Amino acid sequence: MNRRIWGMAWAILFLAVPVLGVATFAVAPAINVWLPKDVSIHGRDIDSLFYFILALTGVVFIATEMVLFWFLWKYDAAAGERRATYIHGSHTLEVVWTIIPAATLLFLAIYQMNAWADVKMRRPDMPPTVEVVARQFEWRLRYPGRDGVLGTQDDLHLVNDLQLPVDEDILVQLKSMDVLHSFFLPNLRIKQDAVPGMRIPVWFKSTETGSYDIVCAELCGWGHYKMKGRITFVPRSEFDRWLERKYAEQEATRPAGDASGNLAAR
Amino acid sequence: MSIAPSPLATEHVSKAPQEAHGLTLSQFLSTYVFSKDHKVIGIQFLFSTLVWFLVGGLLALAVRWQVAWPWSDVPVLGKLFAQEGGQMSPEFYTMLFTMHATVMIFLVIIPILAGAFGNFLIPLMIGADDMAFPTLNMLSYWFMWPAFIAFGASFFVEGGAASGGWTSYPPLSTNVAASPGSGWGQTLWLIGLTFVGVSSMLGSVNYMTTIILMRAPGMTMFRLPMTIWAMFITAVLQAFALPVLTAAGFMQLADRTLGTGFFSPEGLIVNNATPGAGGGQPLLWQHLFWFYSHPAVYIMILPAMGMVSDILTCFARKPLFGYRPMVYSIAGIAGLGFIVWGHHMFMSGMNPALGITFMVSTMMIALPSAVKTFNWLGTVWGGRIHFTTAMLFALAFVSMFIIGGLSGIFMAATPVDIFIHDTYFIVAHFHYVLFAGTAMGVWAGIYYWFPKMFGRTMNEFWGKVHFFLTFIFMNGTFFTMHILGAVGFPRRLADAYHYETFHHLQPMNAFMTWCAIGMVATQAIFAANFFWSMFRGPIAGRNPWNANTLEWTAPSPPGHGNFDFQPVVHRGPYEYSVPGAEKDHLMQTDPPNAAAAAAALVAH
Repeated sequence: MNRRIWGMAWAILFLAVPVLGVATFAVAPAINVWLPKDVSIHGRDIDSLFYFILALTGVVFIATEMVLFWFLWKYDAAAGERRATYIHGSHTLEVVWTIIPAATLLFLAIYQMNAWADVKMRRPDMPPTVEVVARQFEWRLRYPGRDGVLGTQDDLHLVNDLQLPVDEDILVQLKSMDVLHSFFLPNLRIKQDAVPGMRIPVWFKSTETGSYDIVCAELCGWGHYKMKGRITFVPRSEFDRWLERKYAEQEATRPAGDASGNLAAR
Repeated sequence: MSIAPSPLATEHVSKAPQEAHGLTLSQFLSTYVFSKDHKVIGIQFLFSTLVWFLVGGLLALAVRWQVAWPWSDVPVLGKLFAQEGGQMSPEFYTMLFTMHATVMIFLVIIPILAGAFGNFLIPLMIGADDMAFPTLNMLSYWFMWPAFIAFGASFFVEGGAASGGWTSYPPLSTNVAASPGSGWGQTLWLIGLTFVGVSSMLGSVNYMTTIILMRAPGMTMFRLPMTIWAMFITAVLQAFALPVLTAAGFMQLADRTLGTGFFSPEGLIVNNATPGAGGGQPLLWQHLFWFYSHPAVYIMILPAMGMVSDILTCFARKPLFGYRPMVYSIAGIAGLGFIVWGHHMFMSGMNPALGITFMVSTMMIALPSAVKTFNWLGTVWGGRIHFTTAMLFALAFVSMFIIGGLSGIFMAATPVDIFIHDTYFIVAHFHYVLFAGTAMGVWAGIYYWFPKMFGRTMNEFWGKVHFFLTFIFMNGTFFTMHILGAVGFPRRLADAYHYETFHHLQPMNAFMTWCAIGMVATQAIFAANFFWSMFRGPIAGRNPWNANTLEWTAPSPPGHGNFDFQPVVHRGPYEYSVPGAEKDHLMQTDPPNAAAAAAALVAH
C-alpha cells in the first residue's frame, strides 16, 4: 500500500509538468511577460504564426504529458498483481504516428514560406531610406539627404537615434565596421545580423508613431549589452522638419574644409 | 596487463589502493592510470567529466548571478574584482557564458556520453572482452588532458579565457582588439578544441570497429540494445562531422597566428585598429562550425536516448515498443542531421532562399524525434512500472524531451525565428534538450549502471531526493526562459534592464537564479551518495535489476576480459514478461528452453 502511494505521488509529479506548464503560459500575458507590442505590418503574420504553433505544440504537449501521467498512474507495479503486456509494437500505430506528424510538419513548413518571403525576400524596389552601420558599441546612421543618394556631400550622419516616417516603406542598408552585430527591433519583429563585408537590405513599415528599442542581438564584445539605440516613427511632415534641423546642426558643426562626412564608414 | 582474466580479478578494478599493495608501481600505473581496459577508461572519463560538470555548473551560477542582479557584489568571486568594488566586469561576464557552454559541451556532455558510457558499455553489452583497439582507447582518454589543461589554463592567461561565445564567430574571436579574450584565451580554446576532436575521433573509430567486428556469437545487429545502436550511430556522426570542425579550427588558428584571412573581410576597422589580411568571409566559419556542431547536437542526445530506452524497458518490465522504428528513427535523425545546420544561420545574412531549404529539412527532423517519443510512451503503456531512481530520471528524460522537442518547432519556423532568434527562447530550448534531456539520461545511466561499475548499488532514498529536487529546480530555472524569450529577452547581455522592452523582467530572472542555485546545491546530495555508495553501498551482485542485456551476465564489477564465460546470444535484448516463462525476464544468454521457445513462437 505504501509503495502504491509513492507510485501515485511520482505520477502526480509528472502531471505537474503539463499543469504548471500551461499555467505559466496562461499567467505570462497577464503579468505583461509576453510578446511586446507589434507596430509593423508583417509582424501580424509572425505573431499569428507564433500563436498557431503555440496552439499546435500546446495540444501535443498536453496530450503526450497526460498520457505519460496516466500510464504511470495506472501501470504502477504496486497497483496490482499482473504481468506486463508482452508486445513488441504495432505496425499500424507506427504508420499512424509517422504519417500524421509528417503531414502536419510539412503543412507548417509550406504554410509559413509566404511570411518569410515577405520579410526577407520581397525587397521593395526603392533606394535605401537610411544606412545603418553597426560598430562596437553603437549604431551609426547615415541618411541620404536632400538628393536621396547615399555617399554624397549632403549625407546626414547620426548615432543611435533612428527617426523614420510612419506608414511608409522603409529600406535599411545594414553594414558592420568591425565584428558581427544583429539589428533587432522587438516591436517591429525585425532581426538581421550585420556582417562586415556585406551590405544587407532590411525593410519594414510601421503603422504607429512612437519610440522603440534597437537592441544588438549578436554577441559583439564586452559592451554588447549597452549597444542600445532608439527607433522613432513620426508623421512624414515632422520627419522632414527633423531631417532639415539635424542637417542644419551638422553643417553648423562641420569644420571648414572637411567635405567628407567624418563619420562615414567607407 | 598483468592481471590474469579470472573472476577473482574483478575486485581490482574498483577497490581502494590498499588492495593493490601487491602490485609494483608499473603494474599499478598500467592498471589504474594508463590502463587499456575499457572499463577503467570509461570510469576515468566519468570522473573527469563529472569534475568538469561541477566547474560548468559553477560558471552557470556566476552567469545567473549577473543576469539576476547585474553589477551587484558577487559572493566568493567578488575578491577577484576588488578594483571594481566587487562587481563583475562585462568582459568577465562574456567569458563566463562562453566558458560555461564550452566546458559543458566539449568537456562534459560529449565525453560523458561517448567517453564514459560508450567505453564502459559497448564491449559489455555486445559480449566482447574489450575494445578492438585498446591502445587507441587509452589514447582517447589521455588526449583529453591537453584539452583539460588548455581550457583550464586559459582562465589564467592575459585577457582571460575565450569570450567570443562558444561558437567563436569571427571577426570577434580572431581580433584581440575586439575582445580581450580573443588573445591567448582564444588560441588556447582552439588548441583545446582540437584535442577534444582528436579524442572523439579515436573513440569513434574504435566504437564503430568494435560494434561491427566484436559482437558475441548470436548477437546480430538487430539484437543490439538501443544504447549500442545509439553509440554506433553517434560514432558514425562524429567520424563524418569532426574533420570539418578540426579543419575550421586550424583555419581560425591560422587567421590568428599566421596572418591569413579566411574569415575576415577586407577593410575592417576594429576598435580603431585595422587588422591585416582580408578577403575572407565571416559566414564561412559559421557554415563550417555548424556543419559539425549541428550533428554534434545529436551526438549529445542520441546516446542518452539509447540508454533511456534500455532503462525504460527494464523498469516497465516490458519489451521496447517498436524496436526497428526506434533504430530507423535514430538513423533518420543522423542522416537529416547533416542537412539542417543552416537553421542556426537564418538571421546571419545567408541567402534567405537557402533558409527555406533548411527550414523544410529542420521541420522534417522533428519527425523521427516524435516517433521515438511515441514509442517510449508505448513502452510504458501496459508495463509493470518500478519507480526506481534510474526509472524516474529516464521518465523525466521523456517528459522533458517532449518540451525540448516541441519548442524547437518555433525556431524551425523561420518567420517566428526572426523574433526569437538569440533570445532566451533558444536558451530554454537547448537547456531542455541538453540538461533536462541529456543530463537526466546521464543520471539515469549512472544510477542504473553504477552497480556494474562499482559492484554496489547507490542509495535509493537519497537518489529519489536528488531526483525530486533536481526536477523541480530544473523546471523552475528553464521553463520560465520560454516566456522571457517570448518578450524577446536577448541572451548574452550582461544587463538588459536599461531597455524599455526588458526593464520589468528582473524579478523573474531573480526567481530563476534562486532555482539554479538550488539545482547546483542539490548535486551535493548526488556527490555524497555517489562516493558513499562506492565504498559502503550494498553489494549488488551480477544482475540487481533483473535486466536482460549481456553486461548483467558478467560479474559486478567485471574483471579484465569482462566475462567469465563465453556469452552466446539467443534473443533480442527486451524479452521481458514473456508469457509462459517462469521469470519475468529472459536474458539474452538464457538457453532457449521449451517454454520460452513456445512463447517466442506465439509472439512472432
